[in-house]
Amino acid sequence: MATLRLAQVAFARSGDKGDSANVALFAPDRATYDVLAEQITPARVRELMGAFVTGEISVHPVANVLALNVVMRGALGGGGPASLRADNLGKALGGALLRLPVDVPDDLADHLGRREPAPRDPYAEADWPLR
Amino acid sequence: MSTVRIAGGQGFYGDAPGPLADVLAEEPAYVCLEALAELTLSVLAKDRARDESLGYTRDLPLYLLELMPAVLAGRTKVITNAGGINPVAAARMVSQAADRFGFSGFTVATVLGDDLRGRPEILPAGFPDADALLFANAYLGARPVVAALEAGADLVITGRVADAALFLAPLVHEHGWSWDDWDRLAAGTVVGHLLECSGQVTGGNHAGRWWDVPDPWRFAFPLADVASDGTAEIFKPADAGGRVDFDTVRQQLLYEVHDPAAYLTPDVVVDMTTLTLADLGADRVRVSGASGAPRTGSYKVVGATADGYAAEASIAFGWPDAEAKARAAADIARKRVAVAGLAVDDWHVELFGVNALHGPAVPLHPAGQSDLAEVVLRLAWRCADSDTCAQVARHIVPLGLSAPPPGLTPANRARPRPSTQLALHTGLVDAAAVDPDVGVHVEEV
Repeated sequence: MATLRLAQVAFARSGDKGDSANVALFAPDRATYDVLAEQITPARVRELMGAFVTGEISVHPVANVLALNVVMRGALGGGGPASLRADNLGKALGGALLRLPVDVPDDLADHLGRREPAPRDPYAEADWPLR
Repeated sequence: MSTVRIAGGQGFYGDAPGPLADVLAEEPAYVCLEALAELTLSVLAKDRARDESLGYTRDLPLYLLELMPAVLAGRTKVITNAGGINPVAAARMVSQAADRFGFSGFTVATVLGDDLRGRPEILPAGFPDADALLFANAYLGARPVVAALEAGADLVITGRVADAALFLAPLVHEHGWSWDDWDRLAAGTVVGHLLECSGQVTGGNHAGRWWDVPDPWRFAFPLADVASDGTAEIFKPADAGGRVDFDTVRQQLLYEVHDPAAYLTPDVVVDMTTLTLADLGADRVRVSGASGAPRTGSYKVVGATADGYAAEASIAFGWPDAEAKARAAADIARKRVAVAGLAVDDWHVELFGVNALHGPAVPLHPAGQSDLAEVVLRLAWRCADSDTCAQVARHIVPLGLSAPPPGLTPANRARPRPSTQLALHTGLVDAAAVDPDVGVHVEEV
């Protein structure tokens, strides 16, 4: 068993509704999805997010697209027009969840744990001036 | 099997119409402009509070300038909820703008009846008094938009019609789906949900290998070919940048969704867990198999009340001890404000570079103190009245000379200005109580 950061095995998009945020976590394959479905629980999300989230947390499996939908209520400091946070819409909360550690079987970890970071300057080689 | 081609031409108030040129080259029968995020109604309420003739998204003419040649040629129809909280004013603005630009010979339909400020008796229990509500709007479904299309509209302007319903409407209209054909209504709603955020389904806000998404300087807005059985293919204009694949589509599928097995909309309850996304290659993804259950009979209603004023200031500090300097500045400022007797209801202190975005999810630095190259302190505060909110700022600017932490650098040169804060209220209203007031006004321009 190897312990990896969720960022190494999945990616995430977050969105807002009122004072709630949802973070959808996307696995690359069924084996990874099964690992995440077992380990990403409301209790673990609460432990990670601490005082940032004041309401109920739920995790919805969406196996047909190999995803888990994490819903956090009371997650935006009041929500949209009421929040004092810079990230009043929770756009960066997906990245926060990717900090969670997950225990992955060794063979799966060998296959997954090679997430390349983004290049430092992705478009440095792009045609310029632009087409 | 007949198919209908629809396109997403706007994803929010703040999008830009540039990608429409590529979209129009694909000859969509309908272009839907989704202009209203939850937050947007609050922005529009501030506009309308200043000027009764406002309250719609004011960039609508920019989109219409791109789209009107295709509309006047009979190639495409446009459906938008840019009417915001004042669709009548939006329609008036459109007919004035059409006059100015010399556009005529088209039919504009305005969908009315979502504004519930005049219906306090049907608002949910616990909702604020009608007098205090800056706006209160029901999320209507696709039915009045279909009525507008049946009346021959080339341009449909609505208020708070639910985002995906703008896209479902032309599919119901063209395919003749019935209002209890739940699986097809669900399929059409899923297509709408996928298209409603413009570039977010074509590789925008892409959490995978975002740096591999092609040509982001010429980004694609999305299109869908939707068959009469509800099966759809999501694609992008061939010449535009961006990407459509399994990853881009599944990210948008769950965007701002709570329970994917019961996604509540005004028209149908959608189960997304039964559908299949098939990556066909060449920037096409087939969506099939969504299932639907009967609509609930309620509409979501969102309202807002005034909730004081807020302002913010950002200050940067550099190495050494950047984090400590930023924390010290925040404490000095707050203490000076308290000593001055200014009533601040709520302070919010964020350290960019440390944990402003991820909060408690960021582990504490093991040494107790970080060694960061630079940290930006963002202070935000809320006060009951605008004057107090502005006076707080006067205790922050002097920190540059008369506070110990050295090297204070204004990260934002604008002077802090109080802005109105709103409290959002949401609930459910009985659709049967709203529907009698829902109607369509048709006008030839």
